[in-house]
Amino acid sequence: MTDWIAAARAAGDVAARHADEVDRQARFPAEAMAALRDAKLLGLLVPKDEGGPGAGIADIVSICHLLGQRCAATAMIYAMHQIQASCLVRHHGGAAWQRAFLKRLASEQLLLASATSEAGVGGDVRSSVCAVEEKDGRFALAKQATVISYGADADGILVTARRTPQSPASDQVIVVVSQKDARFEALQGWDTLGMRGTCSNGFHLKAEGEVGQIMPVPYADISAQTMLPTSHLVWSALWLGIATDAVARARAFVRAEARKKQGATPPGALRLAEATGQLQLMKAGLVSALRQYEAALGSEDALSALPFAIAMNTLKITSSQMVVQIVGQALQVCGLAGYRNDSAFSLGRHLRDAHSAALMVNNDRILANTAQLVTAVRDDSGLLA
Amino acid sequence: MSSVRERVRALLKTTGWLQTDIDTLADDADLYTAGLTSHATVTLMLSLEEAFDVEFPDSLLRRRTFSSVDTIVEALTSIGVDKAAV
Repeated sequence: MTDWIAAARAAGDVAARHADEVDRQARFPAEAMAALRDAKLLGLLVPKDEGGPGAGIADIVSICHLLGQRCAATAMIYAMHQIQASCLVRHHGGAAWQRAFLKRLASEQLLLASATSEAGVGGDVRSSVCAVEEKDGRFALAKQATVISYGADADGILVTARRTPQSPASDQVIVVVSQKDARFEALQGWDTLGMRGTCSNGFHLKAEGEVGQIMPVPYADISAQTMLPTSHLVWSALWLGIATDAVARARAFVRAEARKKQGATPPGALRLAEATGQLQLMKAGLVSALRQYEAALGSEDALSALPFAIAMNTLKITSSQMVVQIVGQALQVCGLAGYRNDSAFSLGRHLRDAHSAALMVNNDRILANTAQLVTAVRDDSGLLA
Repeated sequence: MSSVRERVRALLKTTGWLQTDIDTLADDADLYTAGLTSHATVTLMLSLEEAFDVEFPDSLLRRRTFSSVDTIVEALTSIGVDKAAV
């Protein structure tokens, strides 16, 4: 176990202590995020050259899996932060402002959020209405962001926008905006079924700053090569965490039953065995996609190839479906004890959190995108290739 | 009989994939900047396969292949389309 994993476990203990309250009050998991910050787990991906420890995606995936078992909202915030961090780490293009910002990410353990969703694009984050306006080395930007998760608590926000006011909707860039240079006007709140602690409020965001804050690489490349694959990996990891804890609760329930009636296998054990099998499949899917991403990392061609995009899309779709299925199976095992909100075997929060998975970047949208890609590919890779 | 380049340009002109008129773009101009989306790229690829009676191997199925008239012609040539005339 690395020091990071040990530190993440400790932060997970803090997250678990506050998880029910965070869920009930739909508030930012401040205690858990402070623990992650104090343990320097926010700047993990920052390379050594920029003053960070230079951890890899596998470390982040492991931590998301751990946190997902304790408080899914904390895990989701950590995951979304690391998606932004990986975009910066991999696509700063040597730009001075971006490198300095990475140094701050490591030294000050900044929390990063993202503003990709926008009113008027019908949920398509690869289209923007708003545009960057440049003048005399400065930029200005105004966005009707339908969702900026934990926007009010973030130190920096990565905002997508059209490159210029004349650019087509799909020609986008990312602008790294500091909280202090941004003004937020609340558009809508976040009173949801699950994932209540992510505080994914909508804002009218206005920002300005130096032109150097605009990332040099087109968003299309950042999205395909880094944002999409890392999103689907870290999300799937935390959903696996939710499913893992649900199965752990079901196992504890069956064990308690078995103790009471020694010699007889409790009826729930059969379904527990079934859920354990599903959990194993879900885990295998994640680990295999993680290995595929790690193998592709060195090559821009591999990262932008269609079979890779199909694999990452498919990971998201299957993981998001399996988490709901597995939590449902665990609920069957625990019965009313799982259905209650006041029992040690309660699965209400797990079930509500799990249902967000198919909706955040809607599975139907991803499936429609994959449907186009599968018509184009033709070579199937070998078993171990 | 027209060159591959002309036929690629004609194909790009008749469809709604670009938001900029292809006639105003140079051969090396970035088609993504001109409005080509990743979704449209797949449709463009299938139209090229139909028009030139070829199949793009997986190794050519990436963003860069369809990023300009030049790169498309280069890709078509690499899979056996005669550059001068078809």
